[in-house]
Amino acid sequence: MVSQKVKGKPVALDGDRAVAEAIRQMNPDVVAAYPITPQTEIVMRFSEFVANGEVVTEFIPVESEHAAMSACIGASAAGGRAQTATAGAGLAFMWEVLWVASGTRLPIVMHVVNRSLSAPLNIHCDHSDSMGARDAGWIQLYDETVQEAYDNAIQALRIAEHPDIMLPTLHALDGFILGHGVERLELLPDDAVRSFIGIYEPQHPLLDVDHPVTYGPMVLTDYFFEYKRQQAAAMERALEIIPQIGEEYGTFTGRYYGLMEGYRLEDAEFATIALGSTAGTIKTVVDELRDQGVKAGLLKLRCFRPFPATILAEALGDKKAIAVLDRSLSFGAQGGPLFLEVITALFTHGLSPKVLNYAYGLGGRDIVPARIHQVYKDLIEIDREGLTESSIRYLGLRE
Amino acid sequence: MAINLKEMSAAQDLLAPGHRLCAGCAESIVVRQVLHAVGQPVVVASPTGCLEVSTSPYPYTSWRVPWIHNAFENVASTISGVETMYRSLVKQGKLEDKGIKFVVFAGDGATYDIGLQFLSGALERGHKFLYVCLNNEAYMNTGIQRSSATPLGAWTTTSPVGDAVPGKRENRKDITAIVAAHDIPYVAQAAPHAWRDLMTKAQKAISADGPSFINVLVPCQRGWRHPAEETIAITKLAVETCVWPLYEVVDGEWKLNYRPSPKKPITDWLQSQGRFRHLLTPENTHIVDSLQEIVDRQWDKLLERCKA
Ligand SMILES: Cc1ncc(C[n+]2csc(CCOP(=O)(O)OP(=O)(O)O)c2C)c(N)n1
Ligand code: SF4
Ligand SMILES: [Mg+2]
Repeated sequence: MVSQKVKGKPVALDGDRAVAEAIRQMNPDVVAAYPITPQTEIVMRFSEFVANGEVVTEFIPVESEHAAMSACIGASAAGGRAQTATAGAGLAFMWEVLWVASGTRLPIVMHVVNRSLSAPLNIHCDHSDSMGARDAGWIQLYDETVQEAYDNAIQALRIAEHPDIMLPTLHALDGFILGHGVERLELLPDDAVRSFIGIYEPQHPLLDVDHPVTYGPMVLTDYFFEYKRQQAAAMERALEIIPQIGEEYGTFTGRYYGLMEGYRLEDAEFATIALGSTAGTIKTVVDELRDQGVKAGLLKLRCFRPFPATILAEALGDKKAIAVLDRSLSFGAQGGPLFLEVITALFTHGLSPKVLNYAYGLGGRDIVPARIHQVYKDLIEIDREGLTESSIRYLGLRE
Repeated sequence: MAINLKEMSAAQDLLAPGHRLCAGCAESIVVRQVLHAVGQPVVVASPTGCLEVSTSPYPYTSWRVPWIHNAFENVASTISGVETMYRSLVKQGKLEDKGIKFVVFAGDGATYDIGLQFLSGALERGHKFLYVCLNNEAYMNTGIQRSSATPLGAWTTTSPVGDAVPGKRENRKDITAIVAAHDIPYVAQAAPHAWRDLMTKAQKAISADGPSFINVLVPCQRGWRHPAEETIAITKLAVETCVWPLYEVVDGEWKLNYRPSPKKPITDWLQSQGRFRHLLTPENTHIVDSLQEIVDRQWDKLLERCKA
């Protein structure tokens, strides 16, 4: 554990490169990955690290994403650290084995560069891919900035490997917006990262031939339910542990992480909730509105799985009106995935404020400050005039 | 490294008795033969299929060696990950190099069909492991459905025999040759009645410097419709009729391991199993003729390749 603040190195990198740096510093035993826009740069960059001998990692240049996750499962079960990175269709292609990874309680780390799902084909950002995996038993963190992509990449490993969690963990950065967007960030010294992540002690490694274990058994009606209940319990425990790890990370980086971040939220009357890079745009708008005397605030959710319902309800309980911004659709549902979680959290905590749901940014459609201004305008309006219709609003749609 | 029956009979089986495979199932026979030949330390992987469900019903396991099941299609990627992790940890000095061997036992469905891409990828990348295909020529675990290993004319539950269609319309594909085309160090076909041949092949395969593959014919009495006690006699018949030639491809060199004399007619093979019963009627003689023609053509091609 590093307890003293270390000096970071300021650099300008895009999100993909920052993540590649984080993987290099974590120096996993095995990486198995496959290229897909807008994640490709991570694989390319990491291949260079391997070629230049800058990592000890054995890299498996698999023939598909399904194989990437399958190989990570084998590698992790074998008894070492395994990581991968993907996006969009690649994540969808892994879907079956995402469940195998979590059901087998393997602390695999995955870096997801968000991309929409076909059809029609589109390489740009939305959250359909990671939201499609939201029930697969993976812990999910979302990054607002390139700095956060780097920081979450590193913390993901500690979260996954925590003995009270032992669940695969992914963090998601918005494709192109963060993946290819160059920002200033601070890289930690390699040894600070290494001492933060520590040495991995596998619990029942497959490679321990003196103590043979059976991985991936068939479990039928007699035990399956209990198996799954334990998985759910691990997710619940993660709610406590993730902020502890974020706190520890803060002690030596100065950057503290919780489950969510409130931005001018405490005394706000009108709040938005968002994931990922859009939170940055919203912060700008919040500042502008505050200058105009509007009590605007933002709840940026860092951790979507497990969903921090209680702290979210506590933070939103006194708001006059709330807008939930979803960067994906759940076709036929009564709102986007984030909206449904928020509504449930409010309801189960006995709260019923006025809440609007916006779908936005699908297929990379730009989310500009003017659109966010529109959202707050709507909130002020429904506060004054009441909420008449509750259907999803499509922000930035050409109609 | 010679195969010694006396030593073998004294050695402990690495697959414990008490598993739930059917009586007369050739899968466990082959697993035990191969593991005897390969020896410890060994790590085994299996995809979903009869062997997997029959040997791992939680909280029991039949595996006395480390064993992993991931899913139906991806056993080759799974073992790639395990083998790579081993190399990585040994390289870093995190694990002692005990010379662990890696073996896959996979059904024909998992190999010929849904897992072909994964297998091809693992072979191309050159991971050091032995892949044994337990080929019973259909998806047995799900109730005898056709695979691309199922021969022309065979009855399965997805190639049923009806008034319009007399069993499977297509012939099986030659996966052994497809694997050999990857130019890996060792590829072979084997059958459990020729146990010394099979076990010698397993030893050669596991000592190859790179991936190796053995396609083993494993009768399934449920799917093939034969008495349970005839399993071994039936694999012998497959070889005597040239339906299942025994050969190996060592560093690209094709070598025939057994030449039946005389070569028995395909009808002997067809008569031995209920899955072919409908073919032995007058209206289906053309299918029997086609099958004989295919066997002859493929046998001649094999002889040519083996310069035998
Ligand atoms: C993705 C996926 N598709 C289908 C199945 C259903 N399934 C399980 S085993 C199996 C057939 C196995 O056949 P084979 O590989 O030949 O092994 P056998 O049981 O014959 O030994 C099928 C179709 C599955 N488990 N996963
Ligand atoms: S159904 Fe066939 S392959 Fe499966 S266990 Fe029984 S005999 Fe073996
Ligand atoms: Mg089969």
